[in-house]
Amino acid sequence: MEKVYARTKTIQDDKVSGFCPGCMHSTVIKLIGEVLEEMNLVEKAACVLGIGCCGLHMDYIAYDNITAPHGRACAVATGMKRSNPDSLVFTYQGDGDFASIGLAESISAANRGENITVIFINNGIYGMTGGQMAPTTLIGMKASTAPKGRIAEEHGYPMHMCEILNQLTAPAYLERTSCNTPQNVMKTKKAIQKAFQNQLDGKGFSMVEIVTSCPTNWGLEPLDALTYIEEKMLPEFPLGVVRDR
Amino acid sequence: MARVFMKGCEAIAEAAVRAGCRFFAGYPITPQNEIPEYFARRLPEVGGTFVQGESEVASINMVYGAASAGTRSMTSSSSPGVALKSEGISYCASARIPMVYANISRGGPGVGSIQPAQMDYFQATKASGNGGFRMRVFAPSTVQEAVDMTYQAFDYADQDRNPVLILADGVIGTMMEPVVLPDMKSDEEIAAIKESKKSWACIGHPLDYANRAWIQPGQWSTIVQQKCNEEARDLYASWEPEVEEYQVEDAEIVIAAYGISARISKSVVDMLRKEGVLVGLIRPKTVYPFPYAAFDHINYEKCKAVLDVEMSIPAQFVEDVAAAVKERCPIETCLCSGGNIMSREAVIDAVKKINEK
Repeated sequence: MEKVYARTKTIQDDKVSGFCPGCMHSTVIKLIGEVLEEMNLVEKAACVLGIGCCGLHMDYIAYDNITAPHGRACAVATGMKRSNPDSLVFTYQGDGDFASIGLAESISAANRGENITVIFINNGIYGMTGGQMAPTTLIGMKASTAPKGRIAEEHGYPMHMCEILNQLTAPAYLERTSCNTPQNVMKTKKAIQKAFQNQLDGKGFSMVEIVTSCPTNWGLEPLDALTYIEEKMLPEFPLGVVRDR
Repeated sequence: MARVFMKGCEAIAEAAVRAGCRFFAGYPITPQNEIPEYFARRLPEVGGTFVQGESEVASINMVYGAASAGTRSMTSSSSPGVALKSEGISYCASARIPMVYANISRGGPGVGSIQPAQMDYFQATKASGNGGFRMRVFAPSTVQEAVDMTYQAFDYADQDRNPVLILADGVIGTMMEPVVLPDMKSDEEIAAIKESKKSWACIGHPLDYANRAWIQPGQWSTIVQQKCNEEARDLYASWEPEVEEYQVEDAEIVIAAYGISARISKSVVDMLRKEGVLVGLIRPKTVYPFPYAAFDHINYEKCKAVLDVEMSIPAQFVEDVAAAVKERCPIETCLCSGGNIMSREAVIDAVKKINEK
């Protein structure tokens, strides 16, 4: 029998990820691994992990990685890439990491046009710490620190990182994708490919924002979480290319 | 070798460049702005990288990233700015990443004053961040010493795979003195240093789970975390303190001081010795590890008191002095704070007061 599909070698066989059922981190990490292999970049890969669930795969990926302090991944990546331009430096960050505590580092790295890639996982909630409100939490969406749901008058509105970064001159590529359907998974893979290629071409800052689910903290079954993405998340966070230079 | 006339901050930066530092990130704060400014001019000349970070927090993390890629890297700041860097310093210590930073300290607490002070002793020696890690902490008392210690600091950082702190103050940082600069490391030497870190540096490795670089500022397993902490403890215990003992043997009064206070105190020793006052000086050159054993060289049968001289109110350094003296004689203090520089007259008065007892 011809083998038509195998798991990427960038994920270690005898390790477990620790992600919950229905969590899309596993999907995105598989995509990153596939792209690294297909582009022959594994030996150059230097991944900067944020804090939270986005660091849960550190023990099961087989390429180089470092854990940054919460929110500081873009600063760590700046130092790594500037001092070793031959490596492919990318951050992997959640919404709390990239858009809340790390906002200064994220915007400043984008504004400097650092030649790095950001993979930004937006699931609208803090996962690892147990479902607290994120800067991307939807209006009305319940969180353990917003038990009545996000209220605009009290908490402000969800932050749109692609659009915020699109105010800057320097970034090369900003795209928002999702992993809620097979088609969108393929689009996400293409976006990651493009973002890595931009770095190889020295184009500067690229970010792929991926709208994902957190069934555990959303309190939904994995399949219902897909519907929630479609009906609630995507109207707030429309998919597509926001910047491509 | 030729002597050049340099400002302390600039001399520290040049010493770092000569030691092979090729990455610097920093954020403006008085009185250390000449360090980033010097690096901004100098590093491009030698193929290095300077980044003005968006904050102290970002700057230390850029250094964490650059050093994790195997490059000799440095940051600097002054007291409240160093407080902001403490998270990143702790990460470097936990992940065992070599880097050097300088604190050109000023008055505190809070925003304090921009003038020189020695108010960061506890921060530098006891808790530079969360988690109880330790670092070698060098306390220069001249610009020459700041140069020599900075140059040496990069070797210690690499040898230990641990951060090293240059604890200077606004006087050392902003005054100009003639210095002899160390030799410039060649591009080949610098490349060899980077090459020597290749096995653990986060730069990409052939696909092999066992050989990947995994820079971990924390461990998944409590057993592994404890083992790492035990290894770090053993490393810290292996360090030897450096100290200058000046006319201690027959001293009836021994001054204990570090940094600029020690330099002022040393001149007091020379002046009062001429008047027949038997005074000596113990000057820790490393405030961590602290040279407790040097205080065993005091003749406590003759010694009327140890005089702690420091630019900090309340006194901080005195706690290590007390731990070293172990109640074998009284301890007096001569203190100033708030950005006021220790005056020689104040130290003379304090010594004479003890002598008259």
